[in-house]
Amino acid sequence: MHLDPLLLSRLQFAWVIAFHILLPAFTVGLASFIAVLEGVHFFTKNEMYFRISVFWTKIFAVSFGMGVVSGIVMPFQFGTNWSRYADATANVLSPLFAYEGLTAFFLEASFLGVLLFGRNLVPRWAHFLSASMVALGTLLSTFWILSANSWMQTPAGFKIVDGLFFPTNWSDIIFNPSFPYRFGHNVVAFYITTGFVVIAVAAYFIRRNTFVKESKIMLSMTLWLLTLLVPLQIFLGDLHGLNTFKYQPAKLAAIEAHWNPEKRAPLILFAIPDEKNETNHYVIKVPLLGSLILTHDINAEVPGLKQWPADQRAPVAISFFAFRIMASLGFIMLGIIVLSLWLRFRRHLDTKWFLRLCQCAAPIGFLAVLAGWVTTEVGRQPWTVYGLLRTAHSFTPSLAGRDVLFSFAGYMLVYLIIFPVGFILMTKIVRKGPIKAEAIEPIEGGQPSSPVITPPEYKHDH
Amino acid sequence: MIIDFVPLWTVILGTAVFFYVLLDGFDLGVGILYGFAKNRKNRTLIMNSIAPVWDGNETWLVLGSIGLLAAFPLAFAILIPALYFPILIMLLALIFRGVAFEFTYRDTEHATFWDHAFCIGSFIATFAQGVILGAFIQGFAVEGRKFIGTSFDCFTPFSLFTGFALIFGYALLGAGWLILKTEGELQQTTRQQGRWCFIAVLIAIVMVSFWTPLMDNDIAHRWFSWPNVAYLSIISVITIAIALFEWRSLNNHSEIAPFLGAIGLFLISYLGIAISLFPMIVPHHFTLWQAASSSDTQAFLIIGTLFLLPIILMYSAWSYWVFRGKVRADVGYH
Repeated sequence: MHLDPLLLSRLQFAWVIAFHILLPAFTVGLASFIAVLEGVHFFTKNEMYFRISVFWTKIFAVSFGMGVVSGIVMPFQFGTNWSRYADATANVLSPLFAYEGLTAFFLEASFLGVLLFGRNLVPRWAHFLSASMVALGTLLSTFWILSANSWMQTPAGFKIVDGLFFPTNWSDIIFNPSFPYRFGHNVVAFYITTGFVVIAVAAYFIRRNTFVKESKIMLSMTLWLLTLLVPLQIFLGDLHGLNTFKYQPAKLAAIEAHWNPEKRAPLILFAIPDEKNETNHYVIKVPLLGSLILTHDINAEVPGLKQWPADQRAPVAISFFAFRIMASLGFIMLGIIVLSLWLRFRRHLDTKWFLRLCQCAAPIGFLAVLAGWVTTEVGRQPWTVYGLLRTAHSFTPSLAGRDVLFSFAGYMLVYLIIFPVGFILMTKIVRKGPIKAEAIEPIEGGQPSSPVITPPEYKHDH
Repeated sequence: MIIDFVPLWTVILGTAVFFYVLLDGFDLGVGILYGFAKNRKNRTLIMNSIAPVWDGNETWLVLGSIGLLAAFPLAFAILIPALYFPILIMLLALIFRGVAFEFTYRDTEHATFWDHAFCIGSFIATFAQGVILGAFIQGFAVEGRKFIGTSFDCFTPFSLFTGFALIFGYALLGAGWLILKTEGELQQTTRQQGRWCFIAVLIAIVMVSFWTPLMDNDIAHRWFSWPNVAYLSIISVITIAIALFEWRSLNNHSEIAPFLGAIGLFLISYLGIAISLFPMIVPHHFTLWQAASSSDTQAFLIIGTLFLLPIILMYSAWSYWVFRGKVRADVGYH
């Protein structure tokens, strides 16, 4: 059997980044949530917020550790499997990655130690500051990584000399055309993902009749936030779509499974795209809605895949379905929010069936993030730098299929152990719940008894 | 206006890589010694001594690799593919070892499994880094801007030897750290382990010092031609002085000296390698200047780096300061 090192490298990259993205999707929001809780506790001195914060900090410790180790893998992928991409784009993209390291990683890593272990070792304001710095670090990290990612989609501010990209204008590079939309859409997606996990956990406690007071605060606070963010996200997604229409029409055509450019185009709700015969089967469509959604003009023309040669089209079926999964999940979220508003109005937010629904919705954000990521990255194919550098010309020439098979198997094996165990441990922490108000774990000599426990007792003598 | 940023970037990247070797070196070394701890109490102590700082230490690895990509992208595009398997092995080992910090404590039913993951992960990651160092010194098959060898070229007798040597080197650093952070019987055991590691490190330094000039004419010429040999013999004198200092401090009661001595040995070895290879970043093929990124790229990045690096060093130092003093496993009263 012939092993294609290019295909295997792509699968390996999809594998390591798909697992990695789950963690920032959760920790970016969680870091901000913890910072807010610490802040509320710092200013109001209400112990309840402190206990909620300690509880989530434990979960944060596990997920952040997994994010760090799976994140270290990422920069090396550029070198090990995509060395020609690294060679070609380094002059433009490497400073963005480097600034991520300089601004974000160290901020997170250094202040995380104090956040997790230093509660009794530093003054209260310094602990609150540490929580805020960790949150800021995660956002800065998102900023730089999405800037680099967006540049691959909508490159700007560069020139090409001998097949290598060179910078001409840094602000054009960083704030490239798709970046503001992608950044907004992602940060909100991450916050929403965390939000649905928080309400699921709160609903679980309320149904079990434990930590009810804390959980009601969590549920109500987070549902208000989601009420704001979910509609905002749909709006941002629409803007992002307009941006894709303008700069990446071929990608848009693949996402919508439009083969022929047409005016007053329908919206295809469902179809089985057939790339060989350049058509769709079993189509369910709504007339006119395609043009309206994609261009905000019912008469406008939308692009069709046949405008581009076959070797410049993205895989249609994957982009098409991934996008539909993401959008459907978004509208399910909206449905949950509308329900919550109605129940809130009738003062029945803790109705059994709604709590159960919240619990079921726990993974909804993760699924939407993954589907959205697949949409945008598969839609970028067959390019690594859109329209300029092909994926096939990006990968490391010295690799044999066998080499990549080994490494891919290694990553599969390790991730299939680490991620399920991490997940089980987090559910264990959830089962135990927040600490009771009277629980006290003494601390001495600057070190807690266990590596990750957060000392629950807060000394008020600072 | 053309400013040559290459010397500055060489210093910055050199410093970052050295920081990584030092910081993750001692905590990988602590992980190696973890396997030899007698009981749960000692294991907890050993792990606690690095729990608050390990991920900050590992961050220097990211900075080192991204720094190489940013400042010398051609070297990155050749060296990293050439080191495909050692890098893979290192990353997988670092994953196991990194999550073990959390999992050993939380997943108590499988604590023994995660203990092994922590210790063996540290061993393997260190070995892989040693192989990377050895293979880097030896150099690779390059044509144009590409590595053209196979992914197994990096495994040679020399690189396997440096792999084993680094295990003792990191263990020595780890022993230095533990002597600083622990007391009593655990500290005594660590001193003994430190002495064994020290002897092995000394043998390794001597062997590498003879092996590299024997296999590489350029390096032999660099060290043994007149008048270099006169200047560079001072390196050997300093090495001997540090070695004596380290041996004495492992045998007396000083608590910080063994760690400082181990740092000294690493620093002088690092300097030795730098002298052997300068100005090549891809040995035998490309100099630092040939592999450098465009001056626009280097200029854009230097502004932020010069501003941010001191701040990073400041708050890294602060987080070490917060966790200063001896580590305790069992909590009592105060």
